[in-house]
Amino acid sequence: MTQTRAGSVTNFDSWKHAYAARASNLSVSEVRALFAVVSRPEVVSLAGGMPDVSALDKGLIEQAFNSMMATRGNYALQYGGGQGDLRLREQIQEIMELDGVHGSVEDIMITTGSQHALELLADLFLDAGDVVLVEAPSYVGAVGIFRHKEAHIEHVFTDDDGISPEALAEAADRMAEAGKKVKLLYLVPNFANPSGVTLTAERRQEVLKVCKERGILIIEDNPYGLLYFEEQPPKALRAFDSEGVVYLGSFSKILSPGLRVGYVLAPPAIREKLVLANESAILSPATFAQMLVSEYLSIADWKGQINTYRKLYQEKRDAALEALEQYLPRVKTTRPNGGFFLWLTLPEGLNSKEMLPLAVNELVAYTPGTAFYGDGRGANNIRVCFSHPTAANVKVGIQRLAKVVNLQLDLLDTFRAE
Amino acid sequence: MPLSVLVLAGGISHERDVSMKSGRRVADALADAGAQVEVREPDADLIGHLIATRPDVVWSTLHGAVGEDGTIQSLLELAGIKFVGSDGHAAKLAWNKPTAKTILHRHGVQTPESITLPRSTFRELNAESVLAMVGTQLGFPLIVKPAESGSAQGVTKVESAAGFAKAMIDAFVYCDEVLIEKFISGTELAVSIVDLGFGARALPPVEVEPEGGSFGYSERYTPGETNYYVPSRLSPGVIERAIDVALTAHNALRLRHLSRVDLIVDEAGTPWFLEANVTPGMTETSLFPQAITADGSELSESYLSIAEAAARG
Repeated sequence: MTQTRAGSVTNFDSWKHAYAARASNLSVSEVRALFAVVSRPEVVSLAGGMPDVSALDKGLIEQAFNSMMATRGNYALQYGGGQGDLRLREQIQEIMELDGVHGSVEDIMITTGSQHALELLADLFLDAGDVVLVEAPSYVGAVGIFRHKEAHIEHVFTDDDGISPEALAEAADRMAEAGKKVKLLYLVPNFANPSGVTLTAERRQEVLKVCKERGILIIEDNPYGLLYFEEQPPKALRAFDSEGVVYLGSFSKILSPGLRVGYVLAPPAIREKLVLANESAILSPATFAQMLVSEYLSIADWKGQINTYRKLYQEKRDAALEALEQYLPRVKTTRPNGGFFLWLTLPEGLNSKEMLPLAVNELVAYTPGTAFYGDGRGANNIRVCFSHPTAANVKVGIQRLAKVVNLQLDLLDTFRAE
Repeated sequence: MPLSVLVLAGGISHERDVSMKSGRRVADALADAGAQVEVREPDADLIGHLIATRPDVVWSTLHGAVGEDGTIQSLLELAGIKFVGSDGHAAKLAWNKPTAKTILHRHGVQTPESITLPRSTFRELNAESVLAMVGTQLGFPLIVKPAESGSAQGVTKVESAAGFAKAMIDAFVYCDEVLIEKFISGTELAVSIVDLGFGARALPPVEVEPEGGSFGYSERYTPGETNYYVPSRLSPGVIERAIDVALTAHNALRLRHLSRVDLIVDEAGTPWFLEANVTPGMTETSLFPQAITADGSELSESYLSIAEAAARG
């Protein structure tokens, strides 16, 4: 035996014994660490779903700030109510109308980005083991929240027309027959993150029907609906059902994510609980940010700004599709009519997570498809976000991505591995 | 005048995140000791900035290539700027694991039997037959690792022929040359060395016991996932042998100021050399700062002594 003495031991975490069981999946990951390179200017990041705020007129924000401080400065610097500023909620009514959604200011609550609304809803509805139905693939931030709540995440077949109502009914019934409680359907129906697909008008009605028949609450997350390129997407699901749908909106994509202002429109009973939960968690959403958004909406041509974004993102989408055709003709891609994302399907056998180190070498970043599944699928998928780099850099990024794919294909070919 | 230190951190490498953390820790400790510290990324303006400001000393915490392969060191030498750590030539030899193993082997140090193969070999000679031969001759389990990389990135323990090809691919995405090493079962030991110009001195070795069995990226950088024993639970005689091997490695590779030598001590008490690090990690869970603390020293004073030694040249 070589071990003879009791050494002094440390694991650098004195509270390891005290964490809740659900904290066990919060580990540092090698993949996450690789993303550190995206902050370098040499790297073209097709990874983070960030708007191009360089296209936002900063003078307008400055004007809004000055106006806010001059007229409501003391209010902006003070605590606010848990439900959020009334004037902003009235303005949100007008924005939601653009998606065909009518709702009372009483049923709107302001949140710290719509991610916060999702966290509150998950906390309100999900016990460990409860089922959340989601698209395949689904938004990584939602998958993360549901996983943290120890929910069962059931991905439902999704194609270019959005989630399949038949598959939705089948999954819900199968889960129920297995004795599980099917609580929620989480959807990004317009230009979905990560797939870019839009749920058709016909399917919206069918999805509403499937969920209503089974008592499943729909969370409709709509950050991208106003960022359409050619034609506006169909009316929101919430436009047809005020009791069965909770609607989430955000200023992150149509204005700025740095402000962290989102909102939720919920049936009164749910809204009541959400406000109490919001107050319990954070007392009130940031008054300062709410006031700034409200002033901006008052003084600026915000619809014109959205049009600016739409035109810009359309150019970038076109650049991305053109580059894919040129450099990666074997790769299948979605062709979104709005939003930020393309969803790529790589040749069989490629694993997008495993080739990330090569991407770092080639100065390009992307998000591996597995991030958008709670069940390990997505290995040969990539989410490409075209919204943030310039159109020219989108092309450069995809050219580099092509090199990465080809290097990895060569490795696989060499080792004849799957 | 306080010592002016420019800490380099970040860079474009697979270990950028670790480097940022290391750099900030070193900078904080040096500032606590009274040094005048600037933390900076290696970027397009770096050379001009160095020449214009000429700090007393540069402390590079750049992990991965450029930071550890001798590049940044050689540039600093050329610019006549003093820096913490090994010179460019020594760094290059230590960074390439197969080269370091060869040098240590020649100095009579045990190092696991291995073979290093470039990517091109597998294309030319048929990968299947090469792997079959290597597996038969070295025997499983094997450790497959990139010849040049850090933080256990791309490292796999291969238990049988079934996982061999996949492990090779996972290593080749980091580096075009892969080291395939016979697995030695035993205790992982890290020996940190400080060399202030009066001879290398080993700090108390740190014994590493990852809770999941392997000391991968997550186990290295997530507090709570690995137990570290200082002093090690190994017997004094074994520890002494391990220190001898580590000092031999530091001296044979002509390392300077600071290094960390990673060893495996087998059941018979024999230390096996795995690799030497010219830019050891300095994060909150890293082994080098643990060894300094175990030695009874303050990080701030120790880091300042190292920086002063480098400034003296």
